[in-house]
Amino acid sequence: MEITPEKLRWIYTTMYRIRRFEEVLLEQTALGKSMGVAHTSDGEEAGPTGICAHLTDDDWIASTHRGHGHCIAKGVDTAGMMAEIFGKHTGLCKGKGGSMHIADFTKGMLGANGIVGAGIPLGVGAALSAKLKGDGSVGVSFFGDGATGEGTIHESMNLASVWKLPAIFVCENNHYAESTPVEYAVSVADIADRAASYSMPGVVVDGMDVFAVYDAAGEAIARARAGEGPTFLELKTYRYHGHFHADDPHTYRLPEEEELWKARDPLPNFERRVTEQDLMDDVEMERIRNEIDQEIQDAVKFAEESPLPPLEELYTDVYVNYSNPPQGLR
Amino acid sequence: MTLDLRPDPLGPGFDVPGSEIRYREAFNRTLGDELRRDPDVFVMGEDVAGGAGREHLGIIDSWGGAFAATKGLIQEFGAERVRDTPISEAGFVGAAIGAALTGTRPVVDLMYFDFITVAWDQLLSNAAKNRYMFGGQGKIPITLFARSGVAAGYSAQHSQNFYSMVAHIPGLKCVAPSDAYTCRGLLAAAIRDDDPVIVCNHKKLINMSSFVPDESYTIELGKGRYLRRGSDVTLVGMSYTTEVCRLAAERLAEQGINAEVVDMLSLSPIDEDIVLESVTKTNRIVIVDEDTPRCNMASDIAALVADKAFDSLDAPVKRVTGPHTPVPYSKPLEDAFIPSPEDVVATTVALLGA
Repeated sequence: MEITPEKLRWIYTTMYRIRRFEEVLLEQTALGKSMGVAHTSDGEEAGPTGICAHLTDDDWIASTHRGHGHCIAKGVDTAGMMAEIFGKHTGLCKGKGGSMHIADFTKGMLGANGIVGAGIPLGVGAALSAKLKGDGSVGVSFFGDGATGEGTIHESMNLASVWKLPAIFVCENNHYAESTPVEYAVSVADIADRAASYSMPGVVVDGMDVFAVYDAAGEAIARARAGEGPTFLELKTYRYHGHFHADDPHTYRLPEEEELWKARDPLPNFERRVTEQDLMDDVEMERIRNEIDQEIQDAVKFAEESPLPPLEELYTDVYVNYSNPPQGLR
Repeated sequence: MTLDLRPDPLGPGFDVPGSEIRYREAFNRTLGDELRRDPDVFVMGEDVAGGAGREHLGIIDSWGGAFAATKGLIQEFGAERVRDTPISEAGFVGAAIGAALTGTRPVVDLMYFDFITVAWDQLLSNAAKNRYMFGGQGKIPITLFARSGVAAGYSAQHSQNFYSMVAHIPGLKCVAPSDAYTCRGLLAAAIRDDDPVIVCNHKKLINMSSFVPDESYTIELGKGRYLRRGSDVTLVGMSYTTEVCRLAAERLAEQGINAEVVDMLSLSPIDEDIVLESVTKTNRIVIVDEDTPRCNMASDIAALVADKAFDSLDAPVKRVTGPHTPVPYSKPLEDAFIPSPEDVVATTVALLGA
């Protein structure tokens, strides 16, 4: 599939932005700057980037507890994200959601979701809205291999199939549900095989190769926009760090396995490809990296210097309208 | 038109064209009104169309929803807006929430209230919390309706009243109409409300009739009403127990006891003022809730009275509820489960004698 020079730059910028955001976040978390749990996605950058490269702000994505990469790929502001994770009032959710609930409706980001599998039907609902309104948009549900044991994925795939919705199911198979390996917990070698049960295409994709993801996503999203129904993509990928910021993955993963996956790192993989094909050069890529390094440092500074939420925020946003004010009930 | 239910529903507000119709007809008519009024409204659920997609066989609208709640709507509004679902509560309730977050107003038929547990995570984790955890982004104008209550041998898994489970959750609203009139006004208000609202339709009410104005109207969420004025004791009902309280009040009147009947209508938000106003006047209160006794709505209203009207009480707060058991099947057992007018009369007479 053809990629414009602008899109190539966007892809590299986005993947590197996710990588740096996660690395810096882990450093900041170690310094005690984050107020809660953070699940990082470095290593998995090619997935959200290759998918969201085909989406606009009018398309919707539903995300997971490991949602920073989805947010960034959908265009969500990294300073607002960092401030949210630092528990600040300038965060995208006023400091009321944290890492596991970052959302930005102006960017079509329907929210990270702390319940495994719970976001999947929301993406299907966005696709249902799109069908009812006939506006040509699509709904994308991201989820991990661990979520494929939940009922919601099966119910959602069946609904999207029988209603022929413009939905895309993106399984980021990073091979571990928390510490449980996929071969223990999932009954098939390729989760994409399950798509056949719901009469939709199921495609296994190299989730470390953004070009492979870009091509597969382009086809799936074009299919959805053309009214031909849902597609299931399984991206084989790997998270470089633990399940959450304080998890040591070496208690359940072998170093040899990690080295094998890191040898397929999506960023050097991309750099090698574009250099070989004379599509981008080292100078340009270094300039992009420097810009992003600065952006993420600025995001940390913004988050650090931002105010904490005022205590009144405890009581706001529970309802649009409610006659018993929450503060009156205790 | 908004009718003022306070102080008296049989007063001037009812001086409008209308007729006696059944609860189920009021419900169906309101769904039609709302589908006509707002193109973003659509109905989805198991068998709401019944036969959708088999038009080529001449089969359409076979059931029209359990208890014919949606009968006839598919002919006017089509299968996109009166949408049959697979038996897949977590999936379709989740999809409805996603659709609501992205600009539509789904009205979802859960069939029996008991099935709410199958979709519970979607309601609890997404519908109730998304707006809050996203810092006020998005709204979830979803209406869920279901048949609730003990009746006709539906037994343990098709009879429950999970009012307090819903009322317990910040972010959810819950209404419990008590007749055809309140059904129509509360359903219209629920559909037009921007928050998730659960509408409980008690099976025993569905075939009962009452006066319903012809013109569309809403009843404000969070407001109860006086069904009967009295000075000796306050009887509090919700959904079908409002009818139980009304019947009990008639029998108490024969014994010279003048009971006031408060119909809660909304369980979240709840009308604290009407309960406190009434008990401050009567100094005695009996709360009638068909749910099991631990942590139910009656307990919550009793706590409210103990907290905010303790000094006006002349006697202990009394609750008449189901027992702490599942709902049984056999008729004599089922009858023994349900709070009856006789139970309410006996409790009230004992209370006044105390």
